Amino acid sequence: MALLDKDRIFTNLYGFQPWNLKEAQARGAWDNTKDLIARGRDAIIDEMKASGLRGRGGAGFPTGMKWSFMPKQPPLDQNGNPKPSFLVINADESEPGSCKDREIMRHDPHLLFEGALVAGFAMGARAAYIYIRGEYIREAEVLFAAREEAYAAGLLGKNAAGSGYDFDVFVHRGAGAYICGEETAMIESLEGKKGQPRLKPPFPAGAGLYGCPTTVNNVESIAVAPTILRRGASWFSSFGRENNKGTKLFQISGHVNRPCVVEEEMSIPFSELIERHCGGIRGGRDNLLAVIPGGSSVPLVPSADIWDAPMDFDGLKAVGSGLGTAAVIVMDKSTDIVRAISRLSYFYKHESCGQCTPCREGTGWMWRVMERLRTGDAHVEEIDMLQQVTKQVEGHTICALGDAAAWPIQGLIKHFRPEIERRIEARHGSLQEAAE
Amino acid sequence: MADRYIEPDTPELRARWGNFAWTEANAAKAKDIVARYPEGRQRSAVMPLLDLAQRQVGAEENTQGWLPIPVMEYIAEYLAMPVIRVVEVASFYTMYNIAPIGRFHVQVCGTTPCMLRGSDDLLATCKSRGMKKGHISADGLWSFTEVECMGNCASAPMVQINDDNYEDLTSDRLNAVLDALARGETPKAGTQDPARHTVEPVGEPTNLVAMMTENHDYRSEW
Repeated sequence: MALLDKDRIFTNLYGFQPWNLKEAQARGAWDNTKDLIARGRDAIIDEMKASGLRGRGGAGFPTGMKWSFMPKQPPLDQNGNPKPSFLVINADESEPGSCKDREIMRHDPHLLFEGALVAGFAMGARAAYIYIRGEYIREAEVLFAAREEAYAAGLLGKNAAGSGYDFDVFVHRGAGAYICGEETAMIESLEGKKGQPRLKPPFPAGAGLYGCPTTVNNVESIAVAPTILRRGASWFSSFGRENNKGTKLFQISGHVNRPCVVEEEMSIPFSELIERHCGGIRGGRDNLLAVIPGGSSVPLVPSADIWDAPMDFDGLKAVGSGLGTAAVIVMDKSTDIVRAISRLSYFYKHESCGQCTPCREGTGWMWRVMERLRTGDAHVEEIDMLQQVTKQVEGHTICALGDAAAWPIQGLIKHFRPEIERRIEARHGSLQEAAE
Repeated sequence: MADRYIEPDTPELRARWGNFAWTEANAAKAKDIVARYPEGRQRSAVMPLLDLAQRQVGAEENTQGWLPIPVMEYIAEYLAMPVIRVVEVASFYTMYNIAPIGRFHVQVCGTTPCMLRGSDDLLATCKSRGMKKGHISADGLWSFTEVECMGNCASAPMVQINDDNYEDLTSDRLNAVLDALARGETPKAGTQDPARHTVEPVGEPTNLVAMMTENHDYRSEW
């Protein structure tokens, strides 16, 4: 059964209506937020846990549980004063294929600000910083303006929304570094430094922004929270399979007839998502070659495996990939698949922060080999060598960028090795002909 | 990121930018920006202040704006932090231009989702107009960069020019945008597909149809 419009959280997803406070309130945002907060910290966290919401930024960590890691009593600094806690909202949407948070921020920013207050209260935070990627210039302008509206209406700031709780929200613009989407790199960047990830532990919930307890959540995870609390955990968990609950923004790009962003139930089969909202694969189902179902960091899935797969965390894990941010990149048979993955390798080379040697050197090395495999200017043994190098980068870096650079290549070798070998043979054949 | 070079610190550069200071309006903005961060943490403001400074330089010389070394020094002094920490930040983040730039910075996204939808054509279009990656055109109008994913994948391929995105592009549509900019006009930002509003499935709406015509409140249907 298709998700009904009445059950969509982001009703102004396409921006046909204004984002402003008055219109957002008419759609249901900031509706008696005071009562949500009056339920208390524990009740809010329990409801979020019961809803089954898993983080929408890619890793899928249960959101309610993440909030519960924040200290109930603030830790003391060296002078014996209590430290403040912070909520950092990750709006550094830079994963190739991902374009959902942009739609939330430019078309329904008040859902995000209300979510920030509710989430911030639930975790005992003093303030929230929304870290929006620098390239989202107009989107940031909307956030700044919506924030002004919320302050002017008394919804944020002292006694926010009449709740008796003081809570500030600030907007911080990035400046073009994918790595700042990693939570500790984001914290470094917020502190005015290069965005290079920190070693964990200590985890941000213990020592994050300015050394204070911090939780970093994705925009979508925060923006859905007020609606979940209003409609109840059982409503949200009525969508999707066990362990994969709720509604989700899917972003479909590439070779479909009508690329789009759409909110759907979790666990919707790939075929249904594509046929219902995207007008099918360009050139028909038989023209589908492969799909990257969760943004550039997850391995590709060949057409035969993806068609009936449920689009959720477990369903895509079962086909050797992952849901990630639900950024579905569709590739038809006209695609130069080696080039498509090689272009991602270039992306990771470009975005490596340079801190860990396996990633700094490995991403460039992997890209150069990928480019030779693309043209066939290589030996067959180099495919295995590349595979081994990806295994040496994976898991040997401070953050997951090294893993993210390795997985697309591993997926390519796993599913398209014959195509790579064909190119090598074709090139060697033509060289031999030329020599004779 | 290793292929970026800071504009050398020459006497000419110092003569031109050595007495950089906030304009009155920007001085107020800078104060407001620093106030966003807790006391004693003013260093957090280095990123927004570099952006503000870049825009001020741009306004002065009618370009997208960039960051000469003396301007970075000004920011360092303003925030009481070592100059090298400011330079580090300015050179790490790609949106800070650390060398001179043209009036319009044409940034073509070339990452896979845009590539699948035809960004090669857009790169070729820019080249055929005489643009060269990493160079300013002779008339000072265009700088051209191939950039990584800009997060407009459902309306790909796209180009960001200064503060605006132009999406759902073809070679013809990009040419129309560039021609308009060259004439001093302000082309409509966003999708260039006349049938599309933003990122909805173009042609036949598959969801949220009521929202297209009114600010529909779905709560009564819960």
